[in-house]
Amino acid sequence: MADGITNILVVGIGGQGIMTAAEMLARTALSRGYDVKKTEVAGMAQRGGVVSSHVRFGAKVYSPQIDPGEADLLIGFEAAEALRWLPWLRPTGVAMVNTLRIAPPVVSVGLYDYPTDPIAELAAAGIQVHAFDAGAIANELGNPKLVNTIMLGAISDYLPFPADVLKECIVEGFRAYKPKLTAINARAFDAGRQAGHL
Amino acid sequence: MNAVVHAKAASRHLLSGNEAVARAAWEAGVRVAAAYPGTPATEILEYIALYPDIYSEWSVNEKVAVEVAIGASLAGSRALAAMKHVGMNVASDAFMTQSLAGVVGGLVIVVADDVGLSSSQNEQDSRYWGRFGHLPILEPADSQETYAMVKQAFDLSEKYEAPVIVRMTTRVCHVKAMVEFTGERIERPAAGFQKNPQRWVMTPANAKPRLPLMHERDRTLRTVAEASDLNETFTGSDRRIGFITSGPAFMHVREAFPNAPVLKLGFSCPAPLDKIRAFASTVDTLVVVEETEPLLETEIRASGVAVQGKNLLPRFGELAPNVLRPAIKPLLGEPYAVPRRTPVDVFPRPPTMCASCPHLGPYFALSHIRNLNIIGDIGCYTLGAGHPWNALDTCICMGASLSMAHGMDKGRGASDEKKHIVAVIGDSTFLHMGMQGLLNMIYNRGNVTVLLLDNRSVGMTGGQENPGTGEDLHGLPAPRVDFAKLAEALGVRPERIRMVDPYELPTMVKLVREETKMEEPSVIITNRPCSLTDRFEHFRPYAVIDDQCTGCGNCIDLGCPAIFVSRRETVTAKSGKSKELVFAHIDANACTGCHMCVETCAPEAIVQPPAPSRVIRIQPHG
Repeated sequence: MADGITNILVVGIGGQGIMTAAEMLARTALSRGYDVKKTEVAGMAQRGGVVSSHVRFGAKVYSPQIDPGEADLLIGFEAAEALRWLPWLRPTGVAMVNTLRIAPPVVSVGLYDYPTDPIAELAAAGIQVHAFDAGAIANELGNPKLVNTIMLGAISDYLPFPADVLKECIVEGFRAYKPKLTAINARAFDAGRQAGHL
Repeated sequence: MNAVVHAKAASRHLLSGNEAVARAAWEAGVRVAAAYPGTPATEILEYIALYPDIYSEWSVNEKVAVEVAIGASLAGSRALAAMKHVGMNVASDAFMTQSLAGVVGGLVIVVADDVGLSSSQNEQDSRYWGRFGHLPILEPADSQETYAMVKQAFDLSEKYEAPVIVRMTTRVCHVKAMVEFTGERIERPAAGFQKNPQRWVMTPANAKPRLPLMHERDRTLRTVAEASDLNETFTGSDRRIGFITSGPAFMHVREAFPNAPVLKLGFSCPAPLDKIRAFASTVDTLVVVEETEPLLETEIRASGVAVQGKNLLPRFGELAPNVLRPAIKPLLGEPYAVPRRTPVDVFPRPPTMCASCPHLGPYFALSHIRNLNIIGDIGCYTLGAGHPWNALDTCICMGASLSMAHGMDKGRGASDEKKHIVAVIGDSTFLHMGMQGLLNMIYNRGNVTVLLLDNRSVGMTGGQENPGTGEDLHGLPAPRVDFAKLAEALGVRPERIRMVDPYELPTMVKLVREETKMEEPSVIITNRPCSLTDRFEHFRPYAVIDDQCTGCGNCIDLGCPAIFVSRRETVTAKSGKSKELVFAHIDANACTGCHMCVETCAPEAIVQPPAPSRVIRIQPHG
């Protein structure tokens, strides 16, 4: 968080809810009075390709893009994707990684190998890595779609504002649009928050 | 309902550039808006559709969209057409002449350049069209500017009777940032069409007197640009380098060189050369940072001002801070070492087709038939060029498949003598610009087998409607074109028009084999909807019985992303040859139960597990 700007990079695969997670972070930062910019390259994203969403906030944000080596937080919704974006993280940065592994067709047909242990490779780079199986927590809570909220809960103690601010922003959204899912998402957030310290 | 639609003036919102265009159009009193979907511009019309005061439509292509907007303008309504950069090529025939005739109601063309080439077939700088067609160009750098400039563009267009281009890029369209609204809708009733053949009938005799008027308008617009507050100077403390920039490149310059003076050109065409000259005299070295071609740079140099630009910077791609710093720091005598980072070696993850995608069947068929030249088109089915199908040989632009295939048939060489020519095109692309190719092929007695993959949506851009889907932009029922009747009307013999369920793989393969052997054009039409749209029906997922899987790998050849390799084994056959077995696993979360893979499995190892029985817990009373 050099120069007063917080840079968060959310990465994963099309369809995982990367943009929704980034949107939630952007809205929360906005509610704290920050200038915010959020960008991603979408378009073919729904077709199983790489998705990365950049969220930048601070007193005044110009460029919406995070330069390589400038991310404070890397949120990886898939293990190999977290590794792919490692060069974007500062040496002092934090990587929060879902241990889920999704192999694309080019790996299935044997043209490429999936990294044996992406988490170990991340750790070897000397950054702070927190990795856990968000899918397992979501399934325990009874809904695989909770991964998004769990990942946000996991990074909530690594933000320049209190975790409860992010939680309230998420819960408020559900209260307004999907009230039946409010309680379960609040629980998912807490479970993620706990996992984020592993 | 979207909260932004009813938001009052002075409220603040986190908006993408595309959402900002819609709000601005509504406030500006736009009455008609038209577009054809294309990344990164697609959402502009989708957001405009939320405003009930604006008539909005998906037109069948960009030329039609611009012509619809021109008609509305001549009727006295403010009108907007939106498109991606390649859409401008299609639309250019209309606006190149309308620029000469001029407009009545404000006419704004919003074009989105895919700088960085993330979702297109090429990278183009649409600012050329402003020079070519004598149209003024406004270039916003973020959502707030987009909002303000779209409104100004309508005022400019009406005042100077010129269509105005608002040039966006991916990094404006899809970036969300704060926008503060300054107004609400101002109704501008249409004045009505004033007949004036000398003005609106562009025969040579009528067009000729318009030429000097258009050039006079250029000179006037240059003086307007000179005085415009959209061309803003930011003074800086370090005057060694001054930057001239436009669009989102401005943000990158401010990020990388916060202390440098900047002249930001929001009204960039015609370029305000006096203002540029004055700015140049205040700095030691002048550098132009523009995405992507050196248009301003060339014009500034031609006006006698010493300037640098593309000698330092790339002529393609985004000029992000990490591109600017290493290129420009050495000019300051500050060698810039790119920070060393451990390179990471991770497999590529190219976009692929979806589980139960109706294109999987046709590509399974095409990848199993030899001796085909497969001429492709623009859409999700372009992905057929990738693994595991490798069954698409060309792709250039909307609708090119049929006409190129015809040309390849007529121009075939000795090595292609026994090849069959196949054209693959989707429903929306066929209606956009493909029909003419089919008509041409029939008229000129060509021989191509056409695969018309009708998935009832514009799939790649997110499942938009078109005349083949039965619904309009607003999701309301609309007349649905009958593709078989259309093909017949264009001259294809009814016997050669074949409807097929793309999930029926054996039929699919048989049909393609049969029709490619015919000595006349055929059209094979598939009939399953895109699996990402509401028209798609989900069924219970399938599973692989592990000990019945023989490792043949046939299901993997389908390319369905719900099917994974569970393990590989190398076995030695009796002949002594070693063979790799590939065992499959189906991800129950991704599988939608389309059953295509079942047809590839001889040992019947792919089954639909019985539905879990619903246990209703009886609550004891009390």
